[in-house]
Amino acid sequence: MLWAIVSITLLGLAFGFGLGWAARIFRVESDPVVDQIDAILPQTQCGQCNFPGCRPYAEAIAAGEAEINQCPPGGEAGVRALADLLGTEVLPLNPENGAEAPPEVAVIDEARCIGCTLCIQACPVDAILGAAKRMHTVIGPECTGCELCLPPCPVDCIDMVPAPPLTSWRRPRPGTSREASAFGPAGIPATGGR
Amino acid sequence: MTRRFATGPAPHLPAPPTVGRVMRDVLLALIPGLLAHAWFFGPGIVVQVVLATAFAVGFESAMLYLRGKPQALYLGDGSAVVTAVLFALCIPPLAPWWIAAVGMGFAIVLAKHLYGGLGYNVFNPAMVGYVVVLISFPAELTRWLPPGAIAEIRPDLTASLHAIFLGSLPADLGWDAITQATPLDSVRTGIAEGRTVAEIRSQDVFGDFGGLGWEWIANWFAIGGLWLLWRRVISWHVPVAMIGTIAALGLAGYLIDPGSNPSPLQHVFSGAIMLGAFFIATDPVSGCTSTRGRLIFGAGVGIFTLVIRRWGGYPDGVAFAVLLMNMAAPLIDVYTRPRFYGE
Amino acid sequence: MHTDPMERARNAGNTLHPFYGGLRLRHHKRISCTLPLAHARLPTRLFVPLQQHAGPPAEALVVPGQKVLKGEPIGRHEQPSRGWVHAPTSGTVTALARRPVTNPSGDDGPCVLLRPDRLDTWTDLHPIDDWETATPERLRRAIGEAGIVGLGGATFQTSHKVADARQQTVHTVILNGAECEPYISCDEILMRMQPERVIAGARVLQRATGAERTVIAIEDQMGAVEGALRDALSRSGATEAGEVIDIVKVTTLYPEGGERQLIQVLTGLEVPRGGRPTDIGLLCQNVGTAAAAADAVIEGKPLIERIVTVTGGGVRTPRNLIALLGTPVADLIDQSGGYTAQAARLVIGGPLMGYAVRSDDNPVVKGVNCVLVLTGDDVRPEQPEMPCIRCGECARVCPARLLPQQLHAQVCHDLLDEAADFGLDACIECGCCDYVCPSHIPLSEWFRFGKSEWRLLQKERARADAARQRFEARESRLARIRDERQRRMDEKKQALRDDARRKRRIADAVERVKSRQTAPGGDS
Repeated sequence: MLWAIVSITLLGLAFGFGLGWAARIFRVESDPVVDQIDAILPQTQCGQCNFPGCRPYAEAIAAGEAEINQCPPGGEAGVRALADLLGTEVLPLNPENGAEAPPEVAVIDEARCIGCTLCIQACPVDAILGAAKRMHTVIGPECTGCELCLPPCPVDCIDMVPAPPLTSWRRPRPGTSREASAFGPAGIPATGGR
Repeated sequence: MTRRFATGPAPHLPAPPTVGRVMRDVLLALIPGLLAHAWFFGPGIVVQVVLATAFAVGFESAMLYLRGKPQALYLGDGSAVVTAVLFALCIPPLAPWWIAAVGMGFAIVLAKHLYGGLGYNVFNPAMVGYVVVLISFPAELTRWLPPGAIAEIRPDLTASLHAIFLGSLPADLGWDAITQATPLDSVRTGIAEGRTVAEIRSQDVFGDFGGLGWEWIANWFAIGGLWLLWRRVISWHVPVAMIGTIAALGLAGYLIDPGSNPSPLQHVFSGAIMLGAFFIATDPVSGCTSTRGRLIFGAGVGIFTLVIRRWGGYPDGVAFAVLLMNMAAPLIDVYTRPRFYGE
Repeated sequence: MHTDPMERARNAGNTLHPFYGGLRLRHHKRISCTLPLAHARLPTRLFVPLQQHAGPPAEALVVPGQKVLKGEPIGRHEQPSRGWVHAPTSGTVTALARRPVTNPSGDDGPCVLLRPDRLDTWTDLHPIDDWETATPERLRRAIGEAGIVGLGGATFQTSHKVADARQQTVHTVILNGAECEPYISCDEILMRMQPERVIAGARVLQRATGAERTVIAIEDQMGAVEGALRDALSRSGATEAGEVIDIVKVTTLYPEGGERQLIQVLTGLEVPRGGRPTDIGLLCQNVGTAAAAADAVIEGKPLIERIVTVTGGGVRTPRNLIALLGTPVADLIDQSGGYTAQAARLVIGGPLMGYAVRSDDNPVVKGVNCVLVLTGDDVRPEQPEMPCIRCGECARVCPARLLPQQLHAQVCHDLLDEAADFGLDACIECGCCDYVCPSHIPLSEWFRFGKSEWRLLQKERARADAARQRFEARESRLARIRDERQRRMDEKKQALRDDARRKRRIADAVERVKSRQTAPGGDS
């Protein structure tokens, strides 16, 4: 009896020490959680999540003040990635924040623009170029499609058009009709990295 | 005039071996050992192989149906039959029929299909089935026969069928009369009783290096395994690492204390070492895939087997060792990834 | 012994080294080498695709109805050094249309349709007569404007590779004559029949890159090729001009002709991850590319034709033909005796890295080295894909020492970051793993898919990062402006307050003076 107690205690101490030591030696330096969340968010800075930009939303998620399903541009995939990171349930996108849509960019109809600079002030990523009483234009590749420039425009000269694709040809998934794809993103990742 | 063609994926070359052929080769390689087993221990083993195969194919078919997979394709690959034969070779030849049923149920339904089927099982299905019945039904799983040369009575086919299907022996036979402890059991109990290995080995169940009869079965398994190596169905890493580790550690123990440790030869040629080294631990699905990983895997199986034989609660430990290493395989694979070109 | 890779690479070819994995395959090369090299007949119509190089497509410089001369530019990318396409013969442009363009996607692309006038009149050519003394820059520009791309199949812009080589101070040019893939023999025929073009190409590239040495790598099974090259070398005057050109035989093992594997064989070095051969002072070019570069510089001829191997059990008389770019594949097969009764699959390229096309109206483009017609017995029957049983055969043959079975699982499950950690980008898509896989998983197809998805993901991330930076920059600018405005306001208030006090003091003083003046009995 005494031996059992002594040996179990010693084992417990030994393993505890070992774990503590391992935690120190094999410590993995990781980014603060806010940075990791921010890295997942699409950086459209559109404010559809009810926060003034992606970073503030990331901070709110980290502080537990916001749900992970408030970002329509990130879409289902974004929610899944956030759930994965934070170890929480995957939630359906909150319809109050908007619906997932294909990426768009803003284009200014330069004939109608009166050069009021209101859109320039609204753009969260400085993607609109122009000066007072001069025609404005959108720097296409920098536009995130946040639509924040639409409401301030007094003459409705800004249109949203589908964003140009990042690649001209997207290689199809091999054997899409075959069994291998049954284990796609929605399936059970049976053996994952194994 | 334009001519149209059907396309297809590269490579545009004749077909390489298929999964089915790999499994067929494994089955062929098992035949010599199986025949040797029947030669020494009677026809019971053949009945067990047939029984286990029938249950395995039945469960496989049912699971494929439930999972909505094509029957012909997956039954044709022969993987269920390999599982069945390996299982049958592990259990006593006169074990009752429901042992095969339970074993195959756990192997095929639980270990294989609930993990995702062929290619996705984490554990070796045959060993899962065997370990389940070994732990659950110790009495049935220890009724081993002595080899024919020293047996007083050899149960014939009728007696074997009687024992397997009715669970009892014909009236003129008793379990005590026809069963006998296996060599590994004898070593275990003998050492526990304080006798030396040399004394234990003087019993007639022992042969030249291992158990009488058992050593020849092991030889034939090894020959089948060497054929698989030559056919390049398996790689040399796992068998060499496993047998090498057992031989090295066995030798170390033998040199330290020959009284209580059997010789390395006896270790290597008794129990399921040869079957395990060439046929069980080489299962690619539940093992490691990198070459260094396979060496570690084989060595790990060897170490665990010896530890269980020496200090564990069972006379042989190949099945437990394989399952333990199956658990470690993914981690080993992560840490033994080869440095790739330019890295 | 140097430890610096750049220095060690100088010994390229002096000793040979092994590379990991690979496949020993039946060659099937001799069948297409029995007939001599010949020009293909001028077809009645040419379909010249505007994208025959890696990168964005060129824009047409001609309009329907326009007459063009042989060698006249008909397409070019907006950047002047890119994507030149020339008229393969003189004739009339009949249309600009989307047609099959011989690429793996099987999609149509923009083409210039040309009806030859059968006069074959050359446009004005501008050879560099003093090329042996001309500046490397002039050679490079000539190579670029001749529309020369890698003819081994990768179709990278040769002038860009040469420019990169000059910047990185390349010391050795490797000419790759080791076409290890079965059936293909266009490089072998070129080196045997026109060795002087290859040697001239070696000299031109050596001069254009500023390298000190050229190594021509050929396979040990190429027989007469070595003698032919050595003959041509001694006749070329290269040695007299102090140029070092070595010919090295390497053993035939697929994929030895892969750029990275050939470098490993010749130097024992690996091209660093994510880097290029120029990082260790090497430039690798196909022998056909070198010959085309020689034509461009010495004769001023743009790239308008190439050698194509027409072979396989599905053609009656396999052979090598010099075909104008834009010639329909069907024309070449006609001139090789036509199809046999068993012809079942039409492949562009070799059996491992080539792709099957749907019809023989695809035109010859710069990257087409081989037209392979296979019979039903030559190709694996349509088989269902089985799950991976992790047998590890793919890892044993992978020349990049990858674990294809792991990569496959990762790409299948969209774990692209993990796959990248496992070296997805090191895959050279050689197809060795496909060949040995008992489960018939199209592994390299998965890796091509995974690589393109990964590149897309990287682009998306780069875009998000840019947006984040711009957002943060704007936020900090707004904060700065706000602070500044605040500060200015504070200052102004302060100043106002100061102002008021000063005014009061002045007023006080004035008041005092006044009171003194008005007081009776003041000073005076």
